[in-house]
Amino acid sequence: MNFIEARKLVHEYIRRDEEGNVESILTALNEVDLDVKQGEFVAVLGHNGSGKSTLAKHLNVLLTASGGTLWVDGKDTKDADNLWAIRQNAGMVFQNPDNQIIASVVEEDVAFGPENIGVPTSEIWKRVERSLKSVGMIKYREHSPNKLSGGQKQRVAIAGVMAMEPKCIVLDEPTAMLDPNGRREVLEAVEQLNKEKGITVILITHYMEEVVHADRVYVMDHGNVVMQGSPRTIFSQVDTLKSYRLDVPQITLLAYELKKAGLDIPDGILTRQELVEALCRLY
Amino acid sequence: MLRDITIGQYYPADSVIHRLDPRTKLMAAMLYILSLFIFRGWAGFAAVTLALVLVIALSKVPFAYMVRGLKPIAVILVITILFNLFLTPGVPLVEFWKLSISWQGLKNAGFMTVRLIYLILGSSVLTLTTTPNQLTDGMEQSLKPLNRLHIPVHEISMMMSIALRFIPILIEETDKIMKAQLARGADFESGNLIKKAKSMVPLLVPLFISAFRRANDLAMAMEARCYHGGEGRTKMKPLRYKKADGAAYLLSAAYLAGVIALRIIL
Amino acid sequence: MSIILDKVNYVYSQNTAYEIQALKNINLKIEDGEFIGVIGHTGSGKSTLIQHLNGLMRATSGGIYYNGQDIYEEDYDRKKLRGKVGLVFQYPEHQLFETTIFADVSFGPKNQGFSKKEAELKAFTALRSVGLAEDYWYRSPFELSGGQKRRVAIAGVLAMEPEVLILDEPTAGLDPKGRDEILDQVAKLHEERRMTIVLVSHSMEDVAKYVKRLIVMNQGSVMLDGTPGEVFAHYQELEAVGLAAPQVAYLMHDLRKHGILAQGTATTLEEAKEAILQAFKK
Repeated sequence: MNFIEARKLVHEYIRRDEEGNVESILTALNEVDLDVKQGEFVAVLGHNGSGKSTLAKHLNVLLTASGGTLWVDGKDTKDADNLWAIRQNAGMVFQNPDNQIIASVVEEDVAFGPENIGVPTSEIWKRVERSLKSVGMIKYREHSPNKLSGGQKQRVAIAGVMAMEPKCIVLDEPTAMLDPNGRREVLEAVEQLNKEKGITVILITHYMEEVVHADRVYVMDHGNVVMQGSPRTIFSQVDTLKSYRLDVPQITLLAYELKKAGLDIPDGILTRQELVEALCRLY
Repeated sequence: MLRDITIGQYYPADSVIHRLDPRTKLMAAMLYILSLFIFRGWAGFAAVTLALVLVIALSKVPFAYMVRGLKPIAVILVITILFNLFLTPGVPLVEFWKLSISWQGLKNAGFMTVRLIYLILGSSVLTLTTTPNQLTDGMEQSLKPLNRLHIPVHEISMMMSIALRFIPILIEETDKIMKAQLARGADFESGNLIKKAKSMVPLLVPLFISAFRRANDLAMAMEARCYHGGEGRTKMKPLRYKKADGAAYLLSAAYLAGVIALRIIL
Repeated sequence: MSIILDKVNYVYSQNTAYEIQALKNINLKIEDGEFIGVIGHTGSGKSTLIQHLNGLMRATSGGIYYNGQDIYEEDYDRKKLRGKVGLVFQYPEHQLFETTIFADVSFGPKNQGFSKKEAELKAFTALRSVGLAEDYWYRSPFELSGGQKRRVAIAGVLAMEPEVLILDEPTAGLDPKGRDEILDQVAKLHEERRMTIVLVSHSMEDVAKYVKRLIVMNQGSVMLDGTPGEVFAHYQELEAVGLAAPQVAYLMHDLRKHGILAQGTATTLEEAKEAILQAFKK
């Protein structure tokens, strides 16, 4: 069984009037199928309101399905007994760095998760140190989070999740509020955790540049999974992506435009090197 | 102005006071406040002053930094002084118009001011040398017996520590919204009281919305990290008394006894 | 019409241990009808700079002149200046507070002293110009999506009919389509009304595409000031301060190295496409 398996997962936001009659139903997830293998780096793309955040919250059982099934680490999310085990194994990082740091000292914040699951004191210290080192924030262990940059705060949040020793991290638009340097810091930290520690990563984003290194990409629109495949196959479909309010990285778009203008360039160019090589071959 | 509030702000330094257990500091601060209401006369005044000066010196927090914490209560201070000065009956010392100041009033005003200032400074020593987390841990531990009365001690202390963490964030947010509305021509200063109160709406509505949004986000983040109340929780930094704490308890008790003795004898 | 900054300095928390010089000896002239981009990493002073342009922050030393008038003069109406130099802050949707979108957008002109009718007329025009469909106007602003809220907030500043519009990262957090919609709207204001625009951005691709003049801030000083092409030619200096040129500028550089292009200072996708196709035609 895959680490994460969703079958026809449905989530409906139901709005009721004062008498309890259904006023409107918004289907945020419409029969979504999702498969993520242990150790994979999967990106979920989608415009604002496409349902990608709702999906993320299901993976951590912050929301429960209106229909369909979802297994995380072989456990059915419908079963209330699995709640804490799933939350510990599929940690979550949110968009706003300020609204997920609980403590006023970096190391105490990282300790928050382990404290909640009853890890003994001496073990907490080891985990805090390990996690802060794994995101390169050990220097700041005694600092106040308020004095850190956005990228540093997000790395602290990632360390806070890592300290619970999960198998998987779900990141819900972790870079949306960061500047380019902060964005790079966070992505590098995430990629390193994936490569070196084998942590399964699910990255939810609408920045196209961030998914270039993913193993697989899912594209969502109006609660449906509308595309899936490797970054290369996804990015070779420029017009389809645009119809979902998305974009492709600038280099990919340029390659696509050049191809349209008659140059013989392969589909789905992802990096500058690839485009330079393709053009050199033609020249 | 909001930035001047030093209560609740931690001042990092390595001092004897910083290293004390928060429970010890809480108790000592309570005893000190108590002593401020017990002391009488110049000898008592000397005792409370000496104690404060000593502790501030030991804490390694710059005195000037501490005094900044007094600014927000300046208004309360002035009102207290005026009330005591003019409303204390006694033999008038100076008289003008319908007001008179008596020797007794002058003395009362003086002592009341000292009490208030020392009270703020004394509690500032506590908050400046104790991180908010230690402080709430200390409170949680000290108040644990109240659990039997079904008072949710853990939840209250968790709320307090979160509130302390978000104070600086909300202050910054207030500043941002204020500037954004000023850029749209808002006026927070002129006009009478009613107009001023009305002009706060464009500031307060966004601020409340933002606070609710943050609370919502934070609750979700805490849940995602397996928070489910105080039950079965361990601590990274459990509170443990050290030798210095015993000494501090003894010293504070001796100090309080001294102040009481001075009051009875003199 | 112009804004002139003459030796502007700004120091935070002056005479304390936390003293930071946020602006150092800034000399700038912003001409009427310019479209200017301001880039710089977080803490470079760009936010402080733009808050000086409409008088929200007061320089520690130096002078600022709007249309030749000293804005720090005793009897200068700085409140009026804020109407002429409109400033849209980051995440402007956080400032919305009224019960309807229309009332919220009328807030600015009402503050300027216009009658209810006049204010509403201005709100009407402003909402039109940000392209928000009319059936939304009498709904609560809190029912809108993120991108729509942001457009309402921008309309709230446009309703004051400013001559200069400053936007601090207007696309932060928006999806690609939302980003393009906002920037195209801004570009339209520039073209159709000849409005002076100052756009603060983290996206090199965006500034390269839209602005005609680019100012790079670093450690409180103006580090570079010129056309995007001129500025991005200094990509090594930009990297040294934690910035970068757009991806296509690097591509142009690589192609020059491989002898495919004789020269290439393209900074936008269209320019790059043109240059490459030209090279292959020969």
